[in-house]
Amino acid sequence: MKSSHLEYPVGLFVLLGLAAIAWLAVKVGAGSLLGGPTYVIEARFANAGGLNPGSSVMCAGVSIGRVESLRMDPKDFSAIATLRVMEGLQLPVDTMASIKTTGLIGDKYVSLAPGAEEEALKPGAQITMTESSVDLESLIGKMAFGSVSNDTNAKANETGTSPAP
Amino acid sequence: MNAASSTTPLLSIRGLKKSFGEQVVLSDANLVVHRGQVVTVLGRSGTGKSVLLKCLAGIEKPDQGSIWFDGKELTEQAAETRADFRRRCSYLFQSNALLDSLTALENVILPLEQTTLLPETEVMKRSLEALRQLELDTFADRYPSQMSGGMQKRLALARAIVTQPELVLFDEPTAGLDPQRRNAVFAMIVKYQRQFGFTAVIVTHDVAEVLVISDHVALLDAGRMRFEGKPEDFAKSNDPVVIDFRDSPAALRQQIHGLRLNPPFV
Amino acid sequence: MRFLPMRHLTKRWRRLGLHVFKSRVKFTHSMVRALGHSSISLVHRLGDFALFTLSAIRETRRCRKLGRRVVRALFEQGVRCLPVILIVGAFTGLVLGLQGYHVLNRFGSESLLGALVSLSLVRELGPVLAALMLVGQAGSALAAELGIQRNSEQIAALETMGVNSHGYLVTPRLLAALLAYPMHTALFVSVGLWGGWLSGSLMLGLEAGVYWSSVERAVEPSDVQECMIKAGVFGLLTIAVCCYCGFNAHRNRAATGAHAVSASTTRAVVLSCILVLTADYVITSFLM
Repeated sequence: MKSSHLEYPVGLFVLLGLAAIAWLAVKVGAGSLLGGPTYVIEARFANAGGLNPGSSVMCAGVSIGRVESLRMDPKDFSAIATLRVMEGLQLPVDTMASIKTTGLIGDKYVSLAPGAEEEALKPGAQITMTESSVDLESLIGKMAFGSVSNDTNAKANETGTSPAP
Repeated sequence: MNAASSTTPLLSIRGLKKSFGEQVVLSDANLVVHRGQVVTVLGRSGTGKSVLLKCLAGIEKPDQGSIWFDGKELTEQAAETRADFRRRCSYLFQSNALLDSLTALENVILPLEQTTLLPETEVMKRSLEALRQLELDTFADRYPSQMSGGMQKRLALARAIVTQPELVLFDEPTAGLDPQRRNAVFAMIVKYQRQFGFTAVIVTHDVAEVLVISDHVALLDAGRMRFEGKPEDFAKSNDPVVIDFRDSPAALRQQIHGLRLNPPFV
Repeated sequence: MRFLPMRHLTKRWRRLGLHVFKSRVKFTHSMVRALGHSSISLVHRLGDFALFTLSAIRETRRCRKLGRRVVRALFEQGVRCLPVILIVGAFTGLVLGLQGYHVLNRFGSESLLGALVSLSLVRELGPVLAALMLVGQAGSALAAELGIQRNSEQIAALETMGVNSHGYLVTPRLLAALLAYPMHTALFVSVGLWGGWLSGSLMLGLEAGVYWSSVERAVEPSDVQECMIKAGVFGLLTIAVCCYCGFNAHRNRAATGAHAVSASTTRAVVLSCILVLTADYVITSFLM
């Protein structure tokens, strides 16, 4: 076949291929990527078990960001999660962060419950009002040994602990 | 040595040696080719004629000996000289070796397009001209597999001459052709040799035709040149090997002379 | 005197033992030698393959009319393989949707079907299956074509014309592979996702919105990136191997002529398939 006859089908193929790549990259791959500018806040948890970089950050059930990284505070051994959230959202300083689970065995995510203060959290600020992951296994273990009623409150332990550095 | 001097042979082969494993094909081959000549290398099948040409074209690597082109030695190291040789030399394969995924025209365009910097219109002009000269211009869009053997041979020749080479190597150009076609091919070679002024080295075993067209004849036997000289001298030579090769019908007559007495069929 | 026969006997035994020992040493020697020989030839071949690929890549700059050759190669690797990629992609998605739905249904989490289908397609099945299909369709044809061209002296003819056979035959195909493989993989994944939607949503009754939102939530930009990197590497590797095998069909000592072409084509396909899966593991472990 002469090369001029090949050009048309090859051109069509390239168009189709590029369209597929674009669809994957923009629609499928970046569907949960936040459009527009973002800012970073931190949240201190006593236990961040099950949370990963990339886990969602939700507010009232709506995805508003993701967990960017997790690190350890060497002073008091608490976990500090860096959250990247949409910029347009003015979260009050008394916002509470809790780690929750989708369904019974689903992914962990950070749920933000806005408070009532007028003042908004600045980029880089830290949320200290947090609620850690529920350790499902020990909860089940407690239930099996019959002492669940006393411990459920202790498990969902409030940590308003250390002041910001 | 002055490369441009006309007394320098265009091509000279000195003490070429080549063996495949145990089998020695060329033991000590020498040949001198002057500009504008038609040089023929004769020899029985399997005496290493094709190997000699393949060593020249750089397809096979000789074990020993040297090849000089236009006053410069062709070696593995001298990439520049080899590239220059490739530009100025064409090789006509016994099997034609046409690219079967390309049309006749594309086959002829290929060497010009890939090895020269000519503009596209010039490439097209020269290629069509080469096809026209070999009376193939009406088959430009055919594929080699859709052509007869003679047409393929002509197409291969068109591809060989389109780059206007100074030296063309012909590897058995008449193998498997009938006498008329054989004459036509030789006539074609001579015609274009005169027209373009290239130097031709032909490897073949068609003695009678060769004596008519060549300026210089060499007979390869047992890996070395048994005879080298003018065709007239070849015709007169008393060397038993030359006689055996040259006068093969007489030898055949002698061989089967005694067999006539007992015909196998009643 | 008493000891004589005994000594005689032990001597014989010893001789016999020595004989056995010697033959054993000989056997071990030949085994070690065979091992050494095969490992040297393996290293030799690997080096040869690397040089082959590198010289083809280096020729990119010197090639003339490369665009046309690339278009021709893209036709063979791209357009010709489109049907098989689309069919296999669609059915892979359909099967994933079907199997995944029934498995997830047991745990009551059908809503994760989109994540299951999309992650398995984007991360593994898309690049690997597309590469295997392309090896079967384009790579084998390529190896056979080059083998025949070598066999009928067409490659030697190119060399005598002063055309660099690597640059003319291999370079455009490698470039085309770098374009065609990622495109085919993207098409495979896209069609597969729609296949999953078809079986999970249309046939089994999962809400389409649930499926697509699960897909979008599960797939990260880094997953798509990994998918494209894999596809490009697979394309380069497999097409280089197929070119190498076809190009060197004449070097096969065990076979000549048509048999050498068939042997080199078989080797090209088998080696390519092994390489795809090996490279997949290596890339995944590096990118995870």
